[in-house]
Amino acid sequence: MASKLKQHGLIIGAGLIVGLIAAILSWQGNPANMGFCIACFLRDIAGAVGLHRAAVVQYIRPEIIGLVLGAMGMAFFGKEFQVRGGSSPVSRFVLGFCVMVGALMFLGCPLRMVLRIGGGDLNAVLGLAGFAAGIFVGTLFLKMGFSLKKSTPQPMVEGFLMPAITVGLLALLVAAPAFIFFSEEAPGSLRAPIALALAAGLIVGALAQKTRLCMVGGIRDAIMFQDFHLLLGFVAIGVAALAGNLVLGNPVSFSFDGQPVAYNDGLWNMLGMVLVGFGSVLLGGCPLRQLILAGSGNSDSSVAVLGMVTGAAFCHNFGLASSGKGPTANGQIAVIIGLVVVAAIGAANLNKKK
Amino acid sequence: MNQVDARGYSCPEPVLMTKNALKSGTPLVVLVDNMTPVQNITRFASNAGYKVSHKAVGDDFEITIDK
Repeated sequence: MASKLKQHGLIIGAGLIVGLIAAILSWQGNPANMGFCIACFLRDIAGAVGLHRAAVVQYIRPEIIGLVLGAMGMAFFGKEFQVRGGSSPVSRFVLGFCVMVGALMFLGCPLRMVLRIGGGDLNAVLGLAGFAAGIFVGTLFLKMGFSLKKSTPQPMVEGFLMPAITVGLLALLVAAPAFIFFSEEAPGSLRAPIALALAAGLIVGALAQKTRLCMVGGIRDAIMFQDFHLLLGFVAIGVAALAGNLVLGNPVSFSFDGQPVAYNDGLWNMLGMVLVGFGSVLLGGCPLRQLILAGSGNSDSSVAVLGMVTGAAFCHNFGLASSGKGPTANGQIAVIIGLVVVAAIGAANLNKKK
Repeated sequence: MNQVDARGYSCPEPVLMTKNALKSGTPLVVLVDNMTPVQNITRFASNAGYKVSHKAVGDDFEITIDK
């Protein structure tokens, strides 16, 4: 028991803190069940810099900046900042793009999916079922020898550009020049104070770097290796978010209808997350993990993040993203295409047995 | 000796490579280039009942797995 606690204590503790911080962010102004959402927040940033013009989802979310910089700080502290890259970057860009299409169909990344469950949103339970199914399909590809090939050491600048970009975004957020778009209506207008959101990102970024917290990794390792280590972090987030919501008085009602920034079409909630799970397994981690690695010197993950940002812009420019009213026909077509593209990238990267 | 070079690969691939290599017996030496696969392989192999140790070799890590 003591050794188990030693082995898993850190990831459970990190999960509890992440869930609690997420509840605090919603309490302090972020949209409900959206203390953190990597997909939504990257989408908001894409909108803020004008890559899409959906007026209700434009804001430079300080949480994202904090996550990258917090991960970088912890990586340096632990002497784990390693500049690596060159492992199928364009495949990663496209996979990141597809993951975003799936996430904006569902309305949330895997982290927000857990937070939605912690807020009583039963639609997210269906999302979780789809997510697990997508991960399962991805593990079949891994077992058949799927690989995006080796990364190699890269010049230092490759590792610093993504953190530098987030510093630039922070400058734009604080200076708020007229050419940056900030939503005046919900959900983009719902935001916790900048300092709080930034601090929250820094803490969670550091914790996630230290513990390797990953929503996809949790279910993947459970399926492939019967290793439940990362999954414990995932569960802890949901438990702490629920407890935090109840204590802070955030609305919690266990139902399918009337959930914040969500809709109740079960099939598309599931299929969106199938795409997220499948694509993320091939990427090696969920959107949160990609951000954390991007802050730790991994230029492959930085490319995946850029793919997600681009995907988010496309989603809103072409009406692919769902809204509280439900999925769009364009989005449904895009999710199907996304599944085909991810499967094709998976099939094209199967290694012959060595 | 049974040896796997998993440097450059990102998880879970090093763990899968380890799992496959263990089928041809121990002792097994796995080379990786960062701490994440060190932790993941250590967790995997000790859960499977093996003795695991690792040491830094230059910028890389050498994990030794034995019965």
